Amino acid sequence: MEKQQHSSGSESPVLPPVPRKPRSLGGVIPAPRQDSVDLPDSPTGSHVEWCKQLIAATISSQISGGSVPPEAITREYKVGKKIDFKVSRRTNLRAFKDVRRQAPMDEVPLVPGETVKTTVKDVMYICPFTGAVTGTLTVTDYKLYFVSLERDAPYILDVNLGAISRLETISVQSLGENTSGMEIVCKDMRSQRFAYKKEEQSNLEILEVLTKYAFPLSNELSLFAFQYKEQFPEDGWKVYDPVSEYKRMGLPNESWTISKINSNYEVCDTYPALLVTPTSIKEDEIKRVASFRVKHRIPVLSWIHPETQATIVRCSQPMVGPTDRRCKEDEHYLQTIIDANAQSHKLTIFDARQSIVAENHKAKDGGFENENFYSNMDLNFLDIPNIHVMRESLRKLKEVVYPTIDEPHWHSAIDATHWLQYIRLLLAGAVKIADKVESSKSSVVVHCSDGWDRTAQLTSLSMLMLDSYYRTLRGFQVLLEKEWISFGHKFAARVGHGDENHANSERSPLFVQFIDCVWQMMRQFPTAFEFNELFLITILDHLYSCLFGTFLYNSEQERVENEVNSKTVSLWSYVNSQPEDFTNPFYVDYENHVLYPVASLRHLELWVGYYVRWNPRMRPQMPVHQNLKELLYLRAELQRKVEELQKEASSSHSISSSSEHAYSPSNGGTPLHTSV
Amino acid sequence: MLSLGGVGAKSTKPSFVSYVTPEEIKLEKEPPKKEIHPDLLPGEVEFCSANPILKYTQDDLSQRGIFGTLFCTNFRITFISDEISQEETTKTFKNKLYGENDIPLMCVDHIYGVYDEKRKLITGGLVKNKYPSKMIFHCKDLRVFQFCLTYTKEEDAKRIFHGIAHHCLEEKSLKCVFAFSYTGTPSPEMQRKRETILFDSPEDWTQEMKRTKANCRLVTENENFDLSQRLPKYFVIPSALGDLFSYQGKGFPIWCWSHHSGCALFKASLPPVTQEDGDIQKHVDIMINAVAHNYLYSAKTEDLSESLPTIQDIQQSYNKFKQFFLIENSTDFWLSDMKWFSSLESSGWLDIIRQCLQKAVEVVECLEKENTNVLITEEDGTDLCCVISSLVQIMLDPYYRTLMGFQSLVQKEWVAGCHSFLDRCNHLHQKDKECHSPVFLLFLECVWQLVQQHSPAFQFSETYLTVLSDSVHVPVFSTFLFNSPHHRESVMKAESPLAQSSQLSCPTVWDWSVQFDSKAQNFFFNPLYSEKVKNERAVRKPHKLKHQRQLSLPSTAFKTPFKKGFFKDETESLKKMLRVKRLSRWIGSPDSSAAISREFYESWQQRPLDYHGLLLPCLDGLAVRVWMQRYLRWIPEVHILGGGSMAVITKIMDLLSQVQDLKRVLEHSRDSSQAAKLDHSPYIQHRLLSFGSSGRLSSSFPFSFSRNQSFKPIIPTGLMQCLMVTDSLASQEDEASSFVSLV
Repeated sequence: MEKQQHSSGSESPVLPPVPRKPRSLGGVIPAPRQDSVDLPDSPTGSHVEWCKQLIAATISSQISGGSVPPEAITREYKVGKKIDFKVSRRTNLRAFKDVRRQAPMDEVPLVPGETVKTTVKDVMYICPFTGAVTGTLTVTDYKLYFVSLERDAPYILDVNLGAISRLETISVQSLGENTSGMEIVCKDMRSQRFAYKKEEQSNLEILEVLTKYAFPLSNELSLFAFQYKEQFPEDGWKVYDPVSEYKRMGLPNESWTISKINSNYEVCDTYPALLVTPTSIKEDEIKRVASFRVKHRIPVLSWIHPETQATIVRCSQPMVGPTDRRCKEDEHYLQTIIDANAQSHKLTIFDARQSIVAENHKAKDGGFENENFYSNMDLNFLDIPNIHVMRESLRKLKEVVYPTIDEPHWHSAIDATHWLQYIRLLLAGAVKIADKVESSKSSVVVHCSDGWDRTAQLTSLSMLMLDSYYRTLRGFQVLLEKEWISFGHKFAARVGHGDENHANSERSPLFVQFIDCVWQMMRQFPTAFEFNELFLITILDHLYSCLFGTFLYNSEQERVENEVNSKTVSLWSYVNSQPEDFTNPFYVDYENHVLYPVASLRHLELWVGYYVRWNPRMRPQMPVHQNLKELLYLRAELQRKVEELQKEASSSHSISSSSEHAYSPSNGGTPLHTSV
Repeated sequence: MLSLGGVGAKSTKPSFVSYVTPEEIKLEKEPPKKEIHPDLLPGEVEFCSANPILKYTQDDLSQRGIFGTLFCTNFRITFISDEISQEETTKTFKNKLYGENDIPLMCVDHIYGVYDEKRKLITGGLVKNKYPSKMIFHCKDLRVFQFCLTYTKEEDAKRIFHGIAHHCLEEKSLKCVFAFSYTGTPSPEMQRKRETILFDSPEDWTQEMKRTKANCRLVTENENFDLSQRLPKYFVIPSALGDLFSYQGKGFPIWCWSHHSGCALFKASLPPVTQEDGDIQKHVDIMINAVAHNYLYSAKTEDLSESLPTIQDIQQSYNKFKQFFLIENSTDFWLSDMKWFSSLESSGWLDIIRQCLQKAVEVVECLEKENTNVLITEEDGTDLCCVISSLVQIMLDPYYRTLMGFQSLVQKEWVAGCHSFLDRCNHLHQKDKECHSPVFLLFLECVWQLVQQHSPAFQFSETYLTVLSDSVHVPVFSTFLFNSPHHRESVMKAESPLAQSSQLSCPTVWDWSVQFDSKAQNFFFNPLYSEKVKNERAVRKPHKLKHQRQLSLPSTAFKTPFKKGFFKDETESLKKMLRVKRLSRWIGSPDSSAAISREFYESWQQRPLDYHGLLLPCLDGLAVRVWMQRYLRWIPEVHILGGGSMAVITKIMDLLSQVQDLKRVLEHSRDSSQAAKLDHSPYIQHRLLSFGSSGRLSSSFPFSFSRNQSFKPIIPTGLMQCLMVTDSLASQEDEASSFVSLV
């Protein structure tokens, strides 16, 4: 047909397809499983598959200022004829066909270390988008895998057990007396319903098996990350080394030192072993400060401005209490922070909470710095509600976007969830912090209650605005490792890895919210980030999946105790083994530009590519990036040829480096299809 | 009319003032200043002026501003700052006709006067001896200007206020429009070859029929507008249509476009209602019959006035919608930010856009999937018919997604198609509110939705659409000035001896060089447009299989009706019955038709995307968006410095020029003997938007530069005003455990 012809035309020999999987990572020997990434039997294969479409959509949206909401066919895509259609637009059609030859459709692809626990036939999946399908359901210790060969295109549903929040039996009387129903509610904004026959023996256990492996910690099993045996050429555990990261910032210097006071996690069990504290503060003083700060989370340096020496310092709230307790050491400590920055004699304390809430905390022995006791300090409340409000907001959001969208009232429904308003608050707070550091050259202290939720959001966002290094693929990994993972954002508690207590009030999507903020920044500055939307979604998917050890446990101490680094694989091993997939083709290094996103709802948008990706109608349409990739390829090709020629040419003629740029305005778009 | 050139010498001449009171200004003895005059366009005449006028800088709450002189000419209201502003010169994207501080008279939407702190809408008749202390201008391109009159001498203030009110608000006659005084010479740059097809000659229509392989009849009987003044000079009708004069100029099915299968789209105005019922019925039947004869005896009609919002609805909705963007100060902005999404929804504007696109998709489905002829009707046949027919053609025909094609389409469906631009755009400030409606803007909005969803399919950029939407209100061009070709011809005839010896020199809007230099015109093009590979061009494959199957049916036999098709048989009763059925099917149950076209969309979505084939918009709630560039461009609070889509375009432009450079180097070194050939390369040798990486372009329009690296971020105010969470969650502890134990 016409369409196919055209699509194959765009992959014509004129422009050879962009290499499908350039795994040459500086001479590293390719992993044993060469194609693992693109195949559905890899942990992330299908993921990468649809995400490429998603990038396409995102990029095109960046061009026109809006976007066609991309969908995700993630694990709900259809293989077979239809996938051929989709794939034919890209370059890895052959790969898919190969897979189909190797593995029949009803065979469950497994990741290394994964074992099948139960298989049940004749299960009906009640898909909210395409109607019920009957097929085979397989439960492994890592995923739930449903295949239906009923339709002309095989239908596959693939859900990580880690993403499951709760399992429930539902009534499916309409399907007959002997039918049981099961609903799976996921953390990643979707739910699935299954119906299966009661009488068969094997079926009885399906819910039990599922429960057991979906919530291993509640069933005395270990998380799947400890069974996962994939090997990657890159070692993600080496991405973050605190000493070299501090060295990059120019630390230690005369005012700040890398302290080993917490090397045994004795001062603060939720902080990392290495902390940057003012040089002049002695150990016993630090300990007294620690006893005045909630959870002993003393003020420590997160970031230092390379020119002005203004710092971002994070901590928990002071234990002022109802009697307005003072701690001289704490006051002195903050004064020392002011003194460490010659450019300013002021310190701004950003309390992320609402002032009323902070006031209430005083009654519970918490509180905030009294400006009368802390001279030279401004206290600013950023008015950000707590984790419970955020959890509720996301819950409402799910109701709005899954499974169906109430179109006529879409906008007001989004308004009512307040999700974007909270994103706006966070961005506005981070902009304030970044502005204080950059424009006023003054140091800032950021805290909320415990200093591991909103504090981590705010410090990492403002660091992202201030420091272009964190906007690179590696730099962002460092940022997460540092501000979130090592500084004790309670991932285990907030996500509830392997835990069946779905109603635990400790759970909250604070990290999701942060990544959403990053996405909003990416939308506003489409060329400022080296990584792409796929990278962010990958992070969020593996926040839940329990495949990698990166986001497990609550603190560095727990991670050391459980030998996470030696017994599990890091997410960054996977990401850094194929960085091309996660790279933004529009990236321009802005050097030291500070980015101030506009914290107005006019520029914020619901992250459809993540929250609404399960809806097939939201499928991304146009791979604009294909054009761009062709262009990049063309440039590379030309550069290569020019270099060759230069080598060949016996320097008889000098290549005039004409700086004139040619562009024909009469036909607008420069033809990308011209032959080289 | 007021006297010309009333620029009396002013005693005071403040250069820059922020917090300085006028008393202080008067104390400053300044050297006698030079008279400032605006650079007048050819034919432009200055009416009155006043000085000093304080122009508030919009982004500031502190009532600060710049002093300068305010002029009113027969073309515009212009403010000239007493300082020499350098900003203008650094603009990459500059309009040659009017600058940042110019408001073409036709572009003025509303003027508000502030009298004793109270804001009042100034209407034409209200002008008395009073004048306001402050004038607020809301422009049709959504700019907002605030001028303070209190520093001006009373008589000057009165004169300028009355002058402006008179020229902007009073109902005036068409001949007062600047276009008839403009004497600019048409630029020779206009490349004759690539010119937009204007559809004002029989050849244009024949050519278009040939291009689409249409099998219709060109009507030349209306050359002197004998048939009707509300019909184009030349138009095309189904070949089966007989006697033309019995129609009284109404109810002609006018050919719009032919699908490659042979079926075609027609539009028609409804026959006059005064006739007897039976007569109308007969008329309609003849119309449908003629349309059906075009291809395979199948036709569908759709009365757009029944299924789409009325032009009054459109006007009302847009009025609500635009208020969100006419921002006078930061406080207003942040206040309106709180309920942003809900406000959007309440205006209904996005929903109207969706409805139009939806209707267009339905028509596309009939043409593309069912190969049925379609006749869309409307009382006048020149409003929503234009919207829908143009959208359908853009979705189906890649030619209309090129810049020239799009301009030809606007000419064909809108300008030649008798859209009443003069009335709809209210160019003459008529009091009659009934006939004003931003129908053409609605069309551009719909096109923008398509552009943002499928940008590689379009040769033009959103900037082009934004500029086009502004150009409607620039009274230099004749394109959007008239109600119909007949109107145009009669006015032009009447006016020409007055203006000049031979012809009026009204350029068409398509002569972009009148407004922009070639560098700025580069912004009109989409750098990622995926151009059709040349050799593929000729082959336009019809859906062969489908085609043959249908043709294999004996055409005289009773055919099974298409899924929701209406098929025409010779027997009147059956025809009527079927038609009634079909009408109720289409109009009575919009839900199911939406569901069916959703199916159509989904099946299209499944197929690989071809930018040179059928293009459908996604119409889900989240896919229809606000045209940010157009609506947010003047609001400083939302400008992303160094970001926005401009950043991406810059990157692509850089890349493109690198590629070109490399190609050149390659060619050069490959064959140095033929180096001379390079000079004959088809590229126009100028530096392309060479904004490199040294400066950062603002996301704002018209993309001003910023070279300073540090700038103040915009920090919202009143963040929590409606977010005060009062439920128990907010007061809940973050932690289940308390920290008392740690003390």
